[in-house]
Amino acid sequence: MRLVTAIIKPFKLDDVKKALETVGVAGLTVSEVQGFGRQKGHTEVYRGAEYQVDFVPKVRIEVLVDGADAARVIDVIVDAARTGSIGDGKVWVTAVEDVVRVRTGERGTDAL
Amino acid sequence: MDTGDTAWVLASAALVLLMTPGLALFYGGMVRAKTVLNMMMMSFGALALISVLWVLYGYSMAFGDDIGGGIVGSPFEFFGLSGLLGTAGLDGGFAATSLVFTVPSMAFVAFQAVFAIITVALISGAIADRARFGPWLVFAGVWATIVYFPIAHWVFAFNGAESETGGWIANDLLAIDFAGGTAVHINAGAAGLALAYVLGKRRGFGSEPMRPHNLPLVMIGAGLLWFGWFGFNAGSAISANGQAAEVWVTTMVATGAASLGWLVVERVRDGHATSLGGASGVVAGLVAITPSCSSVTPIGAIIVGALAGVLCALAVGLKYRFGYDDSLDVVGVHLVGGLWGTLAVGLLASSAATAGVDGLFYGGGVDQLWRQAVGAFAVLITSFVLTYLIGQAIQKTMGFRIDEEAEESGIDNAEHAESAYDFTSLGGGGGGGIGSGAGAARAAVGASSGSARGASE
Repeated sequence: MRLVTAIIKPFKLDDVKKALETVGVAGLTVSEVQGFGRQKGHTEVYRGAEYQVDFVPKVRIEVLVDGADAARVIDVIVDAARTGSIGDGKVWVTAVEDVVRVRTGERGTDAL
Repeated sequence: MDTGDTAWVLASAALVLLMTPGLALFYGGMVRAKTVLNMMMMSFGALALISVLWVLYGYSMAFGDDIGGGIVGSPFEFFGLSGLLGTAGLDGGFAATSLVFTVPSMAFVAFQAVFAIITVALISGAIADRARFGPWLVFAGVWATIVYFPIAHWVFAFNGAESETGGWIANDLLAIDFAGGTAVHINAGAAGLALAYVLGKRRGFGSEPMRPHNLPLVMIGAGLLWFGWFGFNAGSAISANGQAAEVWVTTMVATGAASLGWLVVERVRDGHATSLGGASGVVAGLVAITPSCSSVTPIGAIIVGALAGVLCALAVGLKYRFGYDDSLDVVGVHLVGGLWGTLAVGLLASSAATAGVDGLFYGGGVDQLWRQAVGAFAVLITSFVLTYLIGQAIQKTMGFRIDEEAEESGIDNAEHAESAYDFTSLGGGGGGGIGSGAGAARAAVGASSGSARGASE
């Protein structure tokens, strides 16, 4: 099993969610996060004083998938989240040892 | 007694009272989320405390008979105001026994009370995020007594209005300060500068971002200030007459022009016209037109306002150059705006306006200008020196500034045991009724806040 984690631009969340539904992803977790990459932050001005805001708002999506589906899920996310401009985000995959469904106690791929 | 005048003065007093909660919002939105309650409480604390002091002896010190030299009124003449109470008339009506111009003394007491309150509250913007609440109240009371009440006497106590003899600026110097450019704004601005030096900079001033946490609050506050200011200026006519109406218009148009002036500076210098700049321009214009609203024409008011917006937008940068942390720009807006407005009387006054004086640019020479300058700088220097001494005395005895840990975690929690915003239901802990609540809440949050609490006590 794999955990696919994606950091994307907040306005792309809807597109990514719809795209994941079309490939049969049954559930995901979303959180609002802040950070920076090569894009860096931005500058705000209050009464003439400049403030460098280092962190940019982003959305983090986490999806648990079967190992065989991981590559396809990544492609779908990347396609849906891409705008082509700087700051589009990143997607990465990590191996998951076990998963348990809390309600039933099912383990492994049955719990996905 | 004139009932129309009385109605307008009472309504104006209520308008001006609303300015202090408006100021609390204006200031509160500009600080960080962890300090907004303390910021607002400094204004509400002034509202509470100065109300009481004004009734006890403040009005008497400002408007009692002069004890000599036009410096201060007798604090005992109207102590507790009992000497100003009216009597039930034979016809069942109720007559004021004491009048100021055409209104009952008590209406004038009410109107002037809210001036004293907001002047004290204005100072708090210079010391945002770092002043302990108890010492702030002590400061507010001492400052009102030693600085504001006497200076209000200098500027607002006209001979024969409430008492036989009044203050030196109003009656001897003959500077024109219609609604308090000197007594309110230069006074509060100079005091803010002195306190900013006494308390020192906030941790992280100039290095970490301290951006406003809620600009809509700032906009609401600026709106309430603008609204209330019509009582401040037009009410200062102490009459519902043509002068009040003219002052209403100069107040409106100067404020609009100032907001535009500030926005133009920002657009040219920084690239964007900001909401904070628009709101700040409003206040800068209101400050500048306060002393000059009765002495300039509507066109003159536009010039006063536009230049106030430009000057103050540039002046708020001074604190970075000189290294004082006037957190919310009491100096840049109130001291600079107040100075400009007070001097503008000497430059732009027109005898076509109700004050009936010509300034330098209207052929009046420098006669009025030097009077304005003497009044302005007398108030500035007096306020700065006395405030610095009062502030140092409090810092040395009680300790004015909060400790570092409390400042870092946020003064709201350290001083008031409250947080302004609760965005999540997580980690709420248990509650209960009065008595059980304190203990239960302390137990529930003890694990996280126990160390900070221990250190601050």
